[in-house]
Amino acid sequence: MNIWIAIGVTAVGCYAVKLAGLLVPAGALERPVVRRLAALLPVALLAALTAQQTFSDGQALVLDARAAGVAAAAVALVLRAPFLLVVASAVVVTAGVRALGG
Amino acid sequence: MRDDGGGKPDGAVVRDALGVGIAVGLSGFAFGVTSAGSGLTLLQTCALSLLVFTGASQFALVGALAAGGSPFTAAAGAFFLGVRNAFYGLRLSQLLALPRAVRPFAAQWVIDETAAVSLAQPTRRGARIGFVVTGLSLYLLWNLTTLLGALGAEAIGDTDAWGLDAAGPAVFLALLAPMLRAGTERTVAGLAVLLGLGLLPVLPAGVPVLVAALAAPAVLWARGRGSASRGDAPEGDR
Repeated sequence: MNIWIAIGVTAVGCYAVKLAGLLVPAGALERPVVRRLAALLPVALLAALTAQQTFSDGQALVLDARAAGVAAAAVALVLRAPFLLVVASAVVVTAGVRALGG
Repeated sequence: MRDDGGGKPDGAVVRDALGVGIAVGLSGFAFGVTSAGSGLTLLQTCALSLLVFTGASQFALVGALAAGGSPFTAAAGAFFLGVRNAFYGLRLSQLLALPRAVRPFAAQWVIDETAAVSLAQPTRRGARIGFVVTGLSLYLLWNLTTLLGALGAEAIGDTDAWGLDAAGPAVFLALLAPMLRAGTERTVAGLAVLLGLGLLPVLPAGVPVLVAALAAPAVLWARGRGSASRGDAPEGDR
């Protein structure tokens, strides 16, 4: 039940912000500070999420095979690999390190 | 932003749009596996892709739920990640000039990928074609591969052994990387990582990410003060 509540709140919230952008008269969100903050918020969230999902197990900080996988994804990104290849390299390297007992 | 010539041929726009739609659409498989592996049912997993349809928010939600976060902190994190779509919508509504009646239907497709493809087109016609082709191909494929991934998660068994728990952070990293060109963005990202990891052991699940989001206003404020005292322009990055 809790999960359905989370799904419902997220679905309504995410649709509302998408629609708001299309309906809001241009200018309302055009203040430089608001635009700057809107560009920076995803940076902060994505950085924190990437770090947490790479280095955490529940509430503990851990260093395991995922770190190697995400490092491989970072290398793929630097080499300008396509999106799918970036994700695939993380998965393959993580599985590989685990198979080797890492 | 004119409808006259000088733009790319329609075929080239369609090819670009399909390229993005298919590549990202296929990664719905990773979401399906991750979501099912996090304990969500098939119906819940598919409902997320059909109704939320913004990948980073979906990964964030299942990640937070799997970590034991409350439904509201989990949804709050997913929602804040979705807020950027409002700003895409603002740009797209000028660019596409959609009739009011169409907007509620177009809204669900206002995401990173459709915005990226549409904004890259030099003409309104190109932008509209790019938006529709990217939106349609990505929506269909994302939902289909979510279903297959959720079904496959059972067959695969221990998804960790297959390294699929690394797919979520890799997706986040791929979305984040193009945003890290300027110094301010890198400072925000660095501070957010410190806050997110540092607070993880001491705050309830889901909350550290929300606190880490404060890195954005904090860095903006600090840079605004710094540049004001030095007397340079506030946008002087690097």
